[in-house]
Amino acid sequence: MVNSNTYKQYFNIWLLLMFLTVITVGAAQFDFGSLNIPIAMLIASIKAGVVALHFMHLKYEDGMTWIFATYPIFLLFLLIAFSATDIFTRVVN
Amino acid sequence: MSQSHSFDKSYLEDGTGFKSWFFTHDHKRLGVMYLWAIGIFFILAAIASFLIRFEHLTPGQTIVDAQTYNVLFTLHGAVMVFLFIVPGVAASFGNFLIPLMIGARDVIFPKLNLYSFWVYCAGAIIFLIALAAPADTGWTFYTPYSIDTGANVILVTFGVFVLGFSSILTGINFIVSIHKLRAPGLTWDRLPLFCWAAYATSLLQVLATPVVGITLLLLIGERYFGLGFFDPAKGGDPVLFQHFFWFYSHPAVYIMILPAMGIISEVIPVFSRKPIFGYKAIAYSSLAIALISFLVWGHHMFVSGQSKLINIIFSVITFAVAVPTAIKVFNWLWTMYKGSIELSAAMLYSLAFIFLFTIGGLTGLFLGALAADVHLHDTYFVVAHMHYVMIGGTVFGLFSAIHFWYPKMWGKMFDEFKAKIAFVLIFIGFNIVFFPQFILGTLGMPRRYFNYSPEFATLHQISTYGTWILGIGFIIMLYALLRPISNKAEANPYKSASLEWAMPSPPPTLNFEKIPTLTASTYDYGTKLEQEA
Amino acid sequence: MPFMKFVKSLALPSEMLPPIIEEESHFDPETEHSAAKLGMWLFLATELLLFGGLFAAYAIFRAKYPEMFLEGSASLDVVLGTVNTVILIFSSYTVAIAVSAIQENRIRLVKWMLWITIICAAIFAVNKYFEYSYKISNGITPGTDIFYSIYYAATGVHMLHVFIGMAVLGVLLKKVNEGRYHKGNFTAIEIGGLYWHLVDLIWIYLFPLLYLA
Repeated sequence: MVNSNTYKQYFNIWLLLMFLTVITVGAAQFDFGSLNIPIAMLIASIKAGVVALHFMHLKYEDGMTWIFATYPIFLLFLLIAFSATDIFTRVVN
Repeated sequence: MSQSHSFDKSYLEDGTGFKSWFFTHDHKRLGVMYLWAIGIFFILAAIASFLIRFEHLTPGQTIVDAQTYNVLFTLHGAVMVFLFIVPGVAASFGNFLIPLMIGARDVIFPKLNLYSFWVYCAGAIIFLIALAAPADTGWTFYTPYSIDTGANVILVTFGVFVLGFSSILTGINFIVSIHKLRAPGLTWDRLPLFCWAAYATSLLQVLATPVVGITLLLLIGERYFGLGFFDPAKGGDPVLFQHFFWFYSHPAVYIMILPAMGIISEVIPVFSRKPIFGYKAIAYSSLAIALISFLVWGHHMFVSGQSKLINIIFSVITFAVAVPTAIKVFNWLWTMYKGSIELSAAMLYSLAFIFLFTIGGLTGLFLGALAADVHLHDTYFVVAHMHYVMIGGTVFGLFSAIHFWYPKMWGKMFDEFKAKIAFVLIFIGFNIVFFPQFILGTLGMPRRYFNYSPEFATLHQISTYGTWILGIGFIIMLYALLRPISNKAEANPYKSASLEWAMPSPPPTLNFEKIPTLTASTYDYGTKLEQEA
Repeated sequence: MPFMKFVKSLALPSEMLPPIIEEESHFDPETEHSAAKLGMWLFLATELLLFGGLFAAYAIFRAKYPEMFLEGSASLDVVLGTVNTVILIFSSYTVAIAVSAIQENRIRLVKWMLWITIICAAIFAVNKYFEYSYKISNGITPGTDIFYSIYYAATGVHMLHVFIGMAVLGVLLKKVNEGRYHKGNFTAIEIGGLYWHLVDLIWIYLFPLLYLA
């Protein structure tokens, strides 16, 4: 798994992450209205994905690890979706 | 401890004294210690429940005052839930059986297994001290009361947080063990159904527990640092606490029941002398329960002020979770159909499980129906439903396991006759205690109330008398189990085809000197095994 | 020269290292290695869901009180937040190097990288300390409003993970110094590294949500 290219690759990944951080901060200077959060989350997810795939070696792992790595994201989505549905469709009388 | 040494001595004889147990990495010893721990907590919480029932013998004050009553039901609920039934069958029999059933020498992380037992002990101590402080929130810690009450909340919730850690670590251990340590030939479609159930349970433990962890941390933060998430005065939302709480606590219901279902799937084919019917359906329904159980938590909150839309959504999905459960029940019945059934004590508890759990499950559907729930919510109907599922389900499953694996665990035989007498008393007593509570609930008797109107007196009294029969049954069962009639158990007294019975009773410390290779399913009754015998 | 001898000893192939008495194990090393990784990923899943409650609270309250969140996040120091982001990402990079280096027996490199990671974590903690104390001296506490509740709760729980991560890396470093890890035994460093990456991952989300909202 480790060869002479590995360290160079890590360095490139680090550069990419730095570049994405600049974009994160840069994008926040503009107001996209309701898209502000989705854009910020998209960039953050790209960064997180890069860290997971390359630094955490998820790209070398088997399917089961992928399931365990991604399933909690689905559950988190459920938690947010159901509780938000409640809170924003409540009629207070 | 040399390798050969660990195969010619049984795990019970391999070292004596406190240290050889409390520092052991042996999954069997850890399972036995969990069993003792949950047994002691069960007795403790059961005594609290006997006092609660005694208090209800007459309207008004009978033996304790209202504040003591609140402390008693908090103690009963909290100990039963967090110290007995959540670790319960999974930690005790899961630890004891999984490595034996999958043909491994131990769980994959033996040291972590010991640590999670220690964490459980530490959590239990914190929790018990905190409950004695005392606590009066009930086991659910609902806000805003839990933010305002003068009683002890921080330490109790911290205890639950620590116990959650133990639950998570055990779950990780089981999942990885089942993935990585199955013996050659033990494919997923030959895996014993108890392991499937334990696997699904572990998934829930690992994925649901952290959410209640952060919720309780935030609750501590509300009391200690003045966070505002659940405090309406600060713009927070107390119902959000209930969302977070039930996101864990509904799956936790299946953490409690799934391992018991696994036990029933093991016991029924052995005493029916037939291969399990619908192996795949039972196995996958365990996973289906684990997946769907994350989608229904809102049915605990129909009258909390939750929005109508989400009420309807949760009500509909709740009916879906009944499907995999029903699949299991039908498959157990089909397994018994035309089998040669032997009514041993373990089998009796399993049969009672099917009967009582079906009542508990179907009344659960009443409660899942939105309109009915508005009437029945927070009445004794819920209490009765919950106890039919938790005692009639989990505890009867646990008793079935204790009797069934007794020879394997202790290398001794108990007196079947005494055990059957105990069963009859427990079965009758249980129904006398809880069936009247269904009626009380439909008549409108609210749960957790100290006092009640005189017209409810008769039903309350019947229920209280039932606890006495139930108590006598428990004592006889304990007597039968603690006074074995033979000190020499055969390796396989019940002629089971499962792997754990293929080694001596009790098994040696490292289980298998040579890791076995499986060539057939472990449910081949009435076929190969019978011919060999 | 004793010093050069010392340096060379750091790069010895595994078969020439002093024999280490391992814990008695019932399973083959390959199984143990892959199992440890799978177990760690499961643990990371629980960590993600632990923060999940905070992310869910964020989503709900942000939708409920958008102005409060804009105002609150404008009051946070973006420069300090950005510096901390850069520090954590860099520490993730160094841990990744350490995990690969141990597999080649480049022990000295591993030590350097672990040291740098721990120092980065310490700098992160110091920055956070200044941030907290500045806020508190201005009378802004967790109870001020929901935004600060989330700010303190989320960064506080994250901070706790930074400290745990520092402790884990410290223990790993100590054991590396004792010569316990090498080409044939690097699982602990690998899963310790995974934990540290998670600390980074969580911050990658917290940073834009809190500082740049």
